[in-house]
Amino acid sequence: MRFGGLYAVRDLVMKVPEQSLFGLIGPNGAGKTTIFNVITGVYTPTGGQVVFGGTAIEGWLPARITEAGIARTFQNIRLFADLTVLENVMIAFHHSSKETLWDAVFRGRRFAEEEERIRSKAMDLLKIFHLDGFAGEVSSSLPYGSQRRLEIARAMATSPRLLCLDEPAAGMNPQESIELMKLIRWVRDEFKMTILLVEHNMRVVMGICESIQVVDYGETIAVGPPDEIRRNPKVIEAYLGGA
Amino acid sequence: MTSSASQPWWKRAGWAVFAIAVLYAIDLAAKIPVGQTDGSTRPVLNLYLYQIIASAAVNIILAVSLQLINGITGQFSIGHAGFMAIGGYAAADFSLHSGIDLAAICGGGALGESVSFVVALMIGAVFAAIAGLIVGIPSLRLRGDYLAIVTLGFGEIIRVIILNVDRVGAARGLSGIPQKTTIFTGYAFAAITVLVVWNIYHSSFGRAMLAVREDEIAAEAMGIRTTRTKVMAFVISSGFAGLAGGLFAHLFMYLHTNTFTFVKSIEIVMMIIIGGLGSITGAVFGGVVMTALPEVLRPVGQWRMVVYSLIIILAIRYRPQGLLGMRELPDILASLRRKKGGAR
Repeated sequence: MRFGGLYAVRDLVMKVPEQSLFGLIGPNGAGKTTIFNVITGVYTPTGGQVVFGGTAIEGWLPARITEAGIARTFQNIRLFADLTVLENVMIAFHHSSKETLWDAVFRGRRFAEEEERIRSKAMDLLKIFHLDGFAGEVSSSLPYGSQRRLEIARAMATSPRLLCLDEPAAGMNPQESIELMKLIRWVRDEFKMTILLVEHNMRVVMGICESIQVVDYGETIAVGPPDEIRRNPKVIEAYLGGA
Repeated sequence: MTSSASQPWWKRAGWAVFAIAVLYAIDLAAKIPVGQTDGSTRPVLNLYLYQIIASAAVNIILAVSLQLINGITGQFSIGHAGFMAIGGYAAADFSLHSGIDLAAICGGGALGESVSFVVALMIGAVFAAIAGLIVGIPSLRLRGDYLAIVTLGFGEIIRVIILNVDRVGAARGLSGIPQKTTIFTGYAFAAITVLVVWNIYHSSFGRAMLAVREDEIAAEAMGIRTTRTKVMAFVISSGFAGLAGGLFAHLFMYLHTNTFTFVKSIEIVMMIIIGGLGSITGAVFGGVVMTALPEVLRPVGQWRMVVYSLIIILAIRYRPQGLLGMRELPDILASLRRKKGGAR
């Protein structure tokens, strides 16, 4: 991925196995978020391909990529701040809704059924994530950890097959991080989800990832299970500098 | 947000009939001739007052339609007067030419005139909506200030194009438009506008528009096609502006492009800011307030415009969220009930 004269990501090959918990780590500026943004359609790669379930998706609109089954959360939580918790999740059902504009204006039976369907599915999701108590609250009034959980719940509402989490543990204390780890593991198990995780918090990464890819200066320097990565000299050097 | 999807259709239809009857009665009452001291008779509402009240309905349509794109979808559009102009001129042109034939085909008389009027208004709305599509598709990829400038520019482009079309009067203006807008028709269409926009707001599409307003990047990530949503809001919005233009034309019987400058667009923006950005009820109030204020201030004589501007400055300074903020009438009624009824 080239920005003018700068190669943010170059010669990168990343294979994320289905239903795995895959971690993407590296020092600041390594290109992790760029990779993320290429996968989720925010950037169109200047070269190379992104293949999802057999289909090349590079260059697709982010909304289309979400329809195809990739959902994401954001480093700085991007909830719909002034809307309620329930509304936040209901919005994620829009693209799969059968409502037409005509239905909305003339309020036939299909409108009533679709609205009820969306509302109850959203409430079910909130219940699973233990957020149903907050349903009518404005989302920005939630405590930070709950906002994170809501963002993940909202992403799950798009019925994804791949969930991309961008630094979900950012700004969390150790206790919250442990809760988050449990949550992520549970989402993968409960929904048979494939999870791609970009994270700086090493405890979280080493704790839940089954496979880790380390990048630096836009290139891969190591791929493998946590134990190998932990002991890899190139990884250590990238993070701590030369001896 | 409550859903009215649960009400049976005949209940809603009943309310609609009631509302129409009330409106018609008001309109009839306004025209009742009253004996004057000098022996002549005048209607209860003189023509001037009648036009003011009817123009409030036009402003309601303008404000509510602008609210959909500015307040609900969050797209800063300041060229609304352009779409009003297109609607007005297209409707007027029809009424002055083909409309007469259509009325005759429908047997003449009140029915023929009404049919011709409604068709004229629909033509105005459709032309304005098409213009909205043409303007919207390239412009809505832009954000914030850039979109504002582009819509401002298009508003002026539209105005100047009309200014050069001889068939609709060019610089002389277009006169002789039959007066067909009444308090009844004005407020009936205003009610329809409010209802349509309200229904869209309280639907999945409304939520999508709110999502685009709150955070476009997150909305896109949640599967919402943001450009498509913005264009949809823009086209609906400009269509209703065209409807307002048509009603305006048939109320004041004369059109001139000087009415549709960006100052008019800014006035409409002020309506939704005064009423509360994001609130449909607020837009209604804003439309009414902005219509009434210049009239109410007439006793102040030559200081009228100064006081008017001062009031607006003070309103924005001390209540920047507008009269209603983002709340709607049901929310206000509910909170009033809470205060009166104690525990809820």
